[in-house]
Amino acid sequence: MELFTQLTLAELTAWVVVVALNVYVLFGGADFGGGVWDLLASGERAERQRSLIVQAMGPIWEANHVWLIVVVVLLFVCFPTAFAAFGTILHIALSLMLIGIVLRGSAFVFRAYSYGPDSTQRQWGRVFASSSVITPLVLGMCVGAVASGSVGEALALLGYGPAAVLPTATVVTTEAVTPPSFVALYVAPWLSPFAVAVGVMTLMLLSFLAATYLTIEAEGDAPLQEDFRRRALGAGVAALAAAGAALALGLMRGGVMARLVGTRWPLSLVIASTIAALTALVALVRRHYQVARVAVGAQVTFVLWGWVLAQFPLIIPPRLTIDEAAAPASTLSETLIVLLFGAVILVPSLWYLLRVFKGRVPATRTP
Amino acid sequence: MPDLLAARSQMAMSLAFHIIFSVIGIGLPLLMLIAEWRYLRTGEPGYLELAKRWAKGAAILFAVGAVSGTVLSFELGLLWPQFMQFAGPIFGMPFSLEGFAFFTEAIFLGLYLYGWDRIGPRAHLGSGIIVALSGVLSGIFVVIANAWMNSPTGFDLVDGRAVNVRPFGAMANAAAFHQTLHMTLAAYAATGLAVAGIHAMQILRGKASAFNRRALGVALAVGAPAAILQPFSGDISARHVARTQPVKLASLEGQFETERGAPLRLGGWPDVERRETRWALDIPYGLSLLAFHDPNAEIKGLEAFPRDEWPPVPIVHIAFQVMVALGTYMALVSLWALWHWWRTRSRDAVAGDRRLLRALAIATPMGFIAIEAGWTVTEVGRQPWIIYGVLRTADAVTPMPGLVVPFLTFTLLYLLLGAIVVYMLAQQIGRAPADDREPTEPDRPPEPAAHPRPA
Repeated sequence: MELFTQLTLAELTAWVVVVALNVYVLFGGADFGGGVWDLLASGERAERQRSLIVQAMGPIWEANHVWLIVVVVLLFVCFPTAFAAFGTILHIALSLMLIGIVLRGSAFVFRAYSYGPDSTQRQWGRVFASSSVITPLVLGMCVGAVASGSVGEALALLGYGPAAVLPTATVVTTEAVTPPSFVALYVAPWLSPFAVAVGVMTLMLLSFLAATYLTIEAEGDAPLQEDFRRRALGAGVAALAAAGAALALGLMRGGVMARLVGTRWPLSLVIASTIAALTALVALVRRHYQVARVAVGAQVTFVLWGWVLAQFPLIIPPRLTIDEAAAPASTLSETLIVLLFGAVILVPSLWYLLRVFKGRVPATRTP
Repeated sequence: MPDLLAARSQMAMSLAFHIIFSVIGIGLPLLMLIAEWRYLRTGEPGYLELAKRWAKGAAILFAVGAVSGTVLSFELGLLWPQFMQFAGPIFGMPFSLEGFAFFTEAIFLGLYLYGWDRIGPRAHLGSGIIVALSGVLSGIFVVIANAWMNSPTGFDLVDGRAVNVRPFGAMANAAAFHQTLHMTLAAYAATGLAVAGIHAMQILRGKASAFNRRALGVALAVGAPAAILQPFSGDISARHVARTQPVKLASLEGQFETERGAPLRLGGWPDVERRETRWALDIPYGLSLLAFHDPNAEIKGLEAFPRDEWPPVPIVHIAFQVMVALGTYMALVSLWALWHWWRTRSRDAVAGDRRLLRALAIATPMGFIAIEAGWTVTEVGRQPWIIYGVLRTADAVTPMPGLVVPFLTFTLLYLLLGAIVVYMLAQQIGRAPADDREPTEPDRPPEPAAHPRPA
């Protein structure tokens, strides 16, 4: 229990960031998963599948997206060293992710509001769908890169220290015997087999999440619901397989990832996520969609926290700790207070949004 | 292309792109809100049509603004990791607050856009009010963060390390008030006059429908007062810059020598080699008067500062001239329209004067060009510093080489997006509203409709 009782202020803040990331994955992540199912829409009901996805995402995707901005802002305010490190080593990966985010969001509204012929709308649909694949994949690869310690190792090659000192005050010496190559610093960390496996797992998990949510959105249209049930089952099995592969590669690589099965809390979460995944699959087979939704959300949450606890108290393995990377205490405490006040406004607003659009009131909509 | 230049170009391009959308995101909700409020008050369906049209535009622009804003928040770390590592904890508070404002905006925009037939008319109007308010707040918070870069405070510097960090103290920096005032007015002036200009063009093309006249009226009600107030806010800004960032003032005025009773230079080209601004129209004592409200005040010239602390003087000077010229034109046209309205107390007086309509049509893009020019003044004018007097831009850039590639990639992406947005908005504007079939239909007198419900 020492994990919960002896938290430093920085660690507490870090957990708040993970909570925000968790919410982003559950809501915003599902919107990307929705894009995947738009891409894979098929059969005689392909158009109905697509319009269900649009209908489910339309009013809420922008609010869902803001969680990512919250995570980024909290990172650079509270953990500036980590933010600077991610921005440096993962520059290319994060840029790809951003291109995905830009294209996905714009194409979604362009499709919704274009007056052109159907073919124009279909083109936007394709852009929306294919860019929805990029972002979760690369986001997962970045997480894999951090978790495996690759980012930390690249930082060491670069001679990047944790201290927030003005460059004029430090003499940066890069007298490595052989200067590290561009690929070793900026590409290899997020293209390792483990990172790619985590990326694929993320994509599968979010597709699983989205398909399961969509079975509930499709309530009242049995054939459509059946479409998404089958898709959810397929994605769930694929997600389990991808998670197994990622775990195996992580164990082979050693380092902090070995703590996933070697220490108590991470191991419990690995087991819990597996149970949640199986529960979701069984619930889908038996058509208990509400149970399936909760279970798949729990699975995603457990996977995320399993990673966080496996590398705790490090923020960038193998060396940089949460405390070392953190902003001064005054910044952390004032930010936490602001977050608390903000939540007072935010939570009722979000509740109202979801009640209006996700409540059980059938209505015709004209976007 | 050197990496530093590529990084600066990418940041500049991303900001220049994003700012258009954020400005419209501040201004347009107010327009649609006024239209909806007029509809609820008068029951005229034309106003509802107007609110719905503007809401569609807002939806497209808000989405592109949201994603391009996300790009910027990442780019701070992708391009300037050293800057963020140092500054994040100090000037991050307004970004946290902006996060909440933006969140509220996204939530209630969803309710506004998709809730016409799901929530009651009051709740709908209320959602619109929250969208408009949180839009302004978002803008204010982001500009406060920028103001900190011009006027850093809220920390003590000990051995290159920031200690005794006071996030709220950083927000209360000296530049915050005048920068946020200037930017907020700019957002309303640019959006209001752009929309007014578009509808003025429609009327000039013979589409003098009630729809276009209503739109012109609402847009002017927002844009004209802001444009008229803007020169006063500009005066506050200039006097502040004169005291706190004398190098910036000297650059934007093309002032090389330190002198008393300095003239105001209109136009001209600052020749950095010869250290003089040539071909400018000089107004004697003008600069001293404007900057310090004293004709004999001393203005520090660029020569009073080391050469390596000069910004690119010609760019700053020209951008400033462009901003002031366009702002002046916008203020004058707004005064003209206001005078028309005041003389006749009729909205249609403006729509009936073809010369005024032409002047308004010309002003359509001016607010946005002035905003881009104004940001060039404040950002390029701060160079070579990223945090004025504390951290140089060259020391803040990422060590990753080859930055020209992301610069070109994002430029292409944004060019494409910009072209598509313009095309889609043109389609929206080009579509004839329902009441265009009777172009001479007079406005119905206001009738107190009993709780009209949006269709």
